[in-house]
Amino acid sequence: MISSAEKLEEYEKGLAGRIPSSLRTEILVSMGTCGIAAGTTPILEELKKEVSEQKLDDSVKIVQVGCMGLCHSEPTIEVVDKESGQRIIFGNVIASQAKSIVAKSVRTAGVQAVARTWYCPEDEEMNPDAIQARIVLRNCGRIDPEEIDEYIMRSGYQAAAKVLASMKPLDVIKIITESGLKGRGGGGFPTGRKWKFAADQKSDEKYVVCNADEGDPGAFMDRAVLEGDPHSVLEAMIIAGFAVGSHEGVIYIRAEYPLAVKRLHLAIAQAKEKGLLGKNLFGSGFDFNIELKYGAGAFVCGEETALIHSVEGKRGEPSFKPPFPAVSGLWKKPTVVNNVETYANVCAIIRNGAAWFKKIGTENSPGTKVFSLTGKINKVGLIEVPIGTSLRDIIFKLGDGIKGGRKFKAVQTGGPSGGCITEASLDTPIDYNTLIALGSMMGSGGMIVMDEDDCMVNVAKFFLDFTLDESCGRCTPCRIGNKRLHEMLKEITDGNGTHETLTKLRKLSDNIKDTALCGLGQTSPNPVLSTIKNFEGEYLAHIDHRKCPAKVCAKLLSYLINDNCVGCTLCAKNCPVTCISGEKRQKHLIDQKKCIKCGVCYEACKFHAIDKD
Amino acid sequence: MIKLRINGMPVTAEENSTILQAARKLDIKIPTLCHLELDCFNLEHRIGSCRVCMVEVSGRRNLAPACCTPVEEGMEVRTHTLRAINARRTMLDLLLSNHPKDCLTCEKNLDCELQALAQEMGLHKIIYKGEQSKRSIDLANESIVRDMNKCIMCRRCETACNTIQTVGILSGVRRGFNSIVSTASEKPLADTKCTFCGQCVSACPVGALTEMNRTYDVWRALNDETKQVIVQTAPAVRVALGEEFGMEPGSVSTGKMVTALRMLGFDKVFDTDFAADLTIMEETTEFVKRLKENKNLPILTSCCPGWVKFFEHQFPDLLHIPSTAKSPQQMFGAMAKTYYAKKLGVEPKEITVVSVMPCLAKKYEAARSEFSRDGVRDVDIVISTRELANMLKEAGIQFNDLRNSAFDNPLGESTGAGVIFGSTGGVLEAVLRTAADWLSGKELNDIDFEEIRGISGIKEATVKVAGKEIRVAIASGLGNARMLLEKIRRGESKYHAIEIMACPGGCLNGGGQPYIHGDTSILEKRRQAIYEEDRNKTIRKSHENPYIQKLYREFLGEPGSHLAHELLHTHYTARKNE
Repeated sequence: MISSAEKLEEYEKGLAGRIPSSLRTEILVSMGTCGIAAGTTPILEELKKEVSEQKLDDSVKIVQVGCMGLCHSEPTIEVVDKESGQRIIFGNVIASQAKSIVAKSVRTAGVQAVARTWYCPEDEEMNPDAIQARIVLRNCGRIDPEEIDEYIMRSGYQAAAKVLASMKPLDVIKIITESGLKGRGGGGFPTGRKWKFAADQKSDEKYVVCNADEGDPGAFMDRAVLEGDPHSVLEAMIIAGFAVGSHEGVIYIRAEYPLAVKRLHLAIAQAKEKGLLGKNLFGSGFDFNIELKYGAGAFVCGEETALIHSVEGKRGEPSFKPPFPAVSGLWKKPTVVNNVETYANVCAIIRNGAAWFKKIGTENSPGTKVFSLTGKINKVGLIEVPIGTSLRDIIFKLGDGIKGGRKFKAVQTGGPSGGCITEASLDTPIDYNTLIALGSMMGSGGMIVMDEDDCMVNVAKFFLDFTLDESCGRCTPCRIGNKRLHEMLKEITDGNGTHETLTKLRKLSDNIKDTALCGLGQTSPNPVLSTIKNFEGEYLAHIDHRKCPAKVCAKLLSYLINDNCVGCTLCAKNCPVTCISGEKRQKHLIDQKKCIKCGVCYEACKFHAIDKD
Repeated sequence: MIKLRINGMPVTAEENSTILQAARKLDIKIPTLCHLELDCFNLEHRIGSCRVCMVEVSGRRNLAPACCTPVEEGMEVRTHTLRAINARRTMLDLLLSNHPKDCLTCEKNLDCELQALAQEMGLHKIIYKGEQSKRSIDLANESIVRDMNKCIMCRRCETACNTIQTVGILSGVRRGFNSIVSTASEKPLADTKCTFCGQCVSACPVGALTEMNRTYDVWRALNDETKQVIVQTAPAVRVALGEEFGMEPGSVSTGKMVTALRMLGFDKVFDTDFAADLTIMEETTEFVKRLKENKNLPILTSCCPGWVKFFEHQFPDLLHIPSTAKSPQQMFGAMAKTYYAKKLGVEPKEITVVSVMPCLAKKYEAARSEFSRDGVRDVDIVISTRELANMLKEAGIQFNDLRNSAFDNPLGESTGAGVIFGSTGGVLEAVLRTAADWLSGKELNDIDFEEIRGISGIKEATVKVAGKEIRVAIASGLGNARMLLEKIRRGESKYHAIEIMACPGGCLNGGGQPYIHGDTSILEKRRQAIYEEDRNKTIRKSHENPYIQKLYREFLGEPGSHLAHELLHTHYTARKNE
C-alpha cells in the first residue's frame, strides 16, 4: 500500500532498481484500438515468441502500449535502445518481420522508419523540428497502460501526492486558474473557474465527473488517452475531487469503447490495490473513489446536463442552465464535469507549475490541443500541437499535404458544430478565439481535411444529417428546424433549390442558433452558414446551373461515353439498370433517362472512356 | 426583490422568479406553449422546450426563453424586438410545419393552445414546409386517444403522469425529428399501468391526447325505440358544464342540465349523487364494522377508478384495505339494471344506462368485466362533461336560456353528502356525517367538517365522532396517494380512514372536465360551487335520503346485506407493475 508521498517515492525508486541491467532493447507495440484493428496483435505475439525462442528475455522486452498517433503508418512499433537512449519508430510492420526485428533489434531491411514529429515538454528540450508538443499524450504509446507501475515510473501519482500532502484545495484551484487551462471538450470554459464554483458550494456531497462520451464523427482523442494512459485521468480526478471537496468520481464513457472500458477498470482496480484510490489517500484523510457509467452512444450526452441525466438513469437530454452543474448537478449536488483531455493536462500542470504551462501555447490559450487529423491528407493521425500552431503547419507538415496531389479546399474543425476554414485562413494561428472569428470553433478536436473533390453543399448536408440524428428532440429549433435545413440542402443537391432556398437556409440557421436550448442546437447550423459564407459560388452553381462543381451530387451529374471507348462491354455488364447499350468493339451509349448515376460504369471502365459531367 | 427593466419599464420581481412572471406584472403576456403553471398545486412545468417565449436580454449572445430564465438585478429585457418576434414566429412556423393542421375536424378545435397562439401571433403562412411525422394512433382502450401526429413535444403529459401522478408511463423516446412522447417500448396504453386518470389529457395543449368520444353511441341509443335510455350525472359535472357555454366558472347549472338532458331525449334523468348516498351507506357500514373490530384499518375509499387501477398495479400487497364498495357510477348501474328494471317490469338488457362523468377512467371502469352480469353491462355508455356539452351544442339546445327542472325518481333524489363527492375531502366528510350519527345514536347538527375541506393535495385531521377520536387523511393526486400508501406499507400509518381521488383537487378537476388551460382559480370556484350546492340541500346526510331508505326497505334489506354485497360490492385484482 502506498500510504504517503514518501512511500510513493520509495516505491518508484524500487521499480527503477528492478530493471535488469542486462536489458538492451525495448520494443513498444502500438496496441490501441486503432493498432489492433490494423493488425498489431499477431505482431506482438510473434515478437514475444521470437524473444522467448531466441532466449533473449533478459535483454529484449516487448511492451504493449497505447496509440502512438501514427494512424497513417499502423501497425507501428517503437524500438528503444536502452544504451544509447535512441528511439526509432517503424511503421507498416508485418508479423513476418518480427524475426529480423528481434534479431537485429533495429534497422531491418524492409521496415520503414517513421519520423517522430513531437517532443514532450516535460521530459525534453524543445526540438525546433518538432511541430507537436505532447503533454496530454506524453505517456500514450510509451507505457503499458495495463501496468500501473509503468505509470508510476513516469512520475505517476506524484501530482496527487503533492496536492494531498502539502496543498490546500484553494491552492490547487489557484494553480489551475493561473495556468489558464480551458475546457478541452469544446466550450473552452476556464477549468479553474469551474472548480472554484463547485468548491464554493456548501454541500454534504459533491461529484467529479469525467466526460468520456466522445462522439464527434472522426474524433478519437479521448479514446487514445483512456486506452494509452488511463491513470493520468484517474489521478487528475483525485486532484479535482480534493480541490472541490468531492469524494466520488464518475467516468461517463461510451460503451462503444470496450478497450478503454477494460483498461479503465484495470487501472481503477490497480490503483485501489495500491491504495491510490479509496480511503485516506497518501495518509491525508482524504477519500476518493471512481466508478464507471456507460453511455449508449448518444452524441448529445456529451453536453454536461444531458450527461448528468443519463448517469441518473433518465433520458439523455439537456436541461436549461441555470442551475449550472457546479451548483446543482448529479443527484442535484454540486458537480464538476470536465472532459478527458482537460483532466489529462492537470497532473502536468501540478507537477511543473502554472508558469511552465503558460510557456506553451498562446497567451490567451495556454497549453496544447489534441486533434484527430483525418480526411483527404497523406498522414492521418492523432496529433498534439501547442495552441497557436497554424493550420498550414498541421495540414501540410504533420499531415503531409493532400492525398493524390489534389488541391486543398477546406478544413472542418469543431466537428458537426464547427465550420469550414478555407485556404485564405490557413496561416492563422489557431486558438479558441481565432477559430470562432473564422466562423468555426475549437470543439473537441476533430479536424477533417477536404479537397477539390468534396462538394461543400454535400459536406454541410452530411454534418446536418449527423446532428439531426443525434438531436435529443427536446426543443423545437433543433428537432424540426434542423430537419428543415437538411431538407433544403437536399433540395439544392437534388437540383431543386432556388435563391429563395438559400435565403431561407440563412434565416433559419440564424434563428436556430439564436433559440436552441443547448450547445448542440446552437451550433448545428454552423456547417451550413460557414459553407454558404465561404463557398457561395458552389451553392449557386447547384442552384443556377444545376451543376455540382465537385461532381459529387448524383442527381446533378451525367455520365457520358467518349471516343476512348473500345467497346469492351465491361460498363454494360456492370450497369445495375442495364442502361448501357452498344455492339462489341463499338462505342457504347448510356441512356440518360434510365441512368441512376451510381458511377459503377465509371469505376469499371479501364480506358478512361467515361466522363463525369 | 430584484429590480430589472422590461421594454424600458422598471419592474421589481421576486428572487428566483422568471422573466415571464416579471413581465406579467407589467401586463405583458409573453406567449408560451410548453409552459404550464398549476398554482394551487405548487407545480410549474418549466422545461423551455417550445421556444416560443424567446426575448432579448441585453448582453446575451442568444435570445432567452422567458419561461425559465431567472430575473437578475439590472437585467434589460426586450420582449418584442424584431429579432424576438422573428424567432417566435419561426418556432411556431416549425411546429405547424410538422402538425396535421386538420383544425376543423380536430377534437380540440377552438380549445387548442397551438391554434390560439397561431391566431394571436397572426401567422398566416407556413414558410418552412417539409416532411411530417406519421405515427399510428392508439385507440386500443376505452378512455384515451393518443394521436402523436399532433404532439408538439411540450412534455406536459410527462409531468402530469410522472411528477404529479407518479404513474410514470410516459417519457420522451427516439431522437431528433422522430422524438416523441410514448410508453416504454411504445406499447399501447392498455398494455401499461396507465390508470386512465386523464390528467395527461387535461395537460395536453393540443389534440394529441383526447378522450375516446362516445357521443355517437349515445345518439344511437337515444334513437333506439326498443330501449329505455336513462342517464346519470356525476356531482362534479353540474359545477363545470356551464363553462362550456360561456358561463362564469363556479356557476351551478344542475337544473339547466336536467332540462337539457330531458330535451336530448333521455327517458329518465337520474343522479349519480343518489348512488353516492348509497355508497356512503355501504362504505360507512364497512368502516364502522372495521373500526369496532379494529381490523384492516385504515379503510381506503374506492369510488375513484383511476385510484383503484393505481393500487392494483402499484400496491398489490394492500388489496385488503380499500373498501369493497363499488363506486357510485357502478352502484347506480347495478340498481338501474335490477331494482329499477324490476319496477318497470323489463329485462336489464332493455335499459341503456348512460353516465355523464367528469372523468375518463369511468369509461374504463364501466368496461371492467366484474361490472357485467350475464353479458349485460351495468353502465353501457360513459361520456365526459365535455362530450355532453358537445351533444347539447349539436342538438342546438340553448343551454344558458333553459329553465331549471328536477331529477326523476326513484334514482334521482340526493343529499348534500352525495353532492360533495365531487370535491377532494367530500367522500370522507359524507362518511363522517353518517358514521357520527350511527356511532352516537343521535342526529347531530354540527356536520360541517371544515378541517378536511380545501384543494390541497394532502390533508390530515383528527375528528371527534361520538366521543371517539378518528384520524383521517385525504389525498388527491396519485403522487400524494403514493406517499400515504407507502406510509401504510411501512406500518407508519395511524389513520382510521383515508380518502383518495386520482385527480388533484378531486373529480372537479377530472380528465373529462372543461379544459382550464392552467388557470387553477377555476378549480377553486368549482369547489366552492359544490359546497354551495351542499349547503342549499335540506337533507345533508346520506342515511336520511328517503329514496335510499325506500330502496333498502323494498329491495336490498339492510346495508351490508347479502344482496347488497352481491350487487354493490366488488373485488380487486393484482396487476403487473409495468
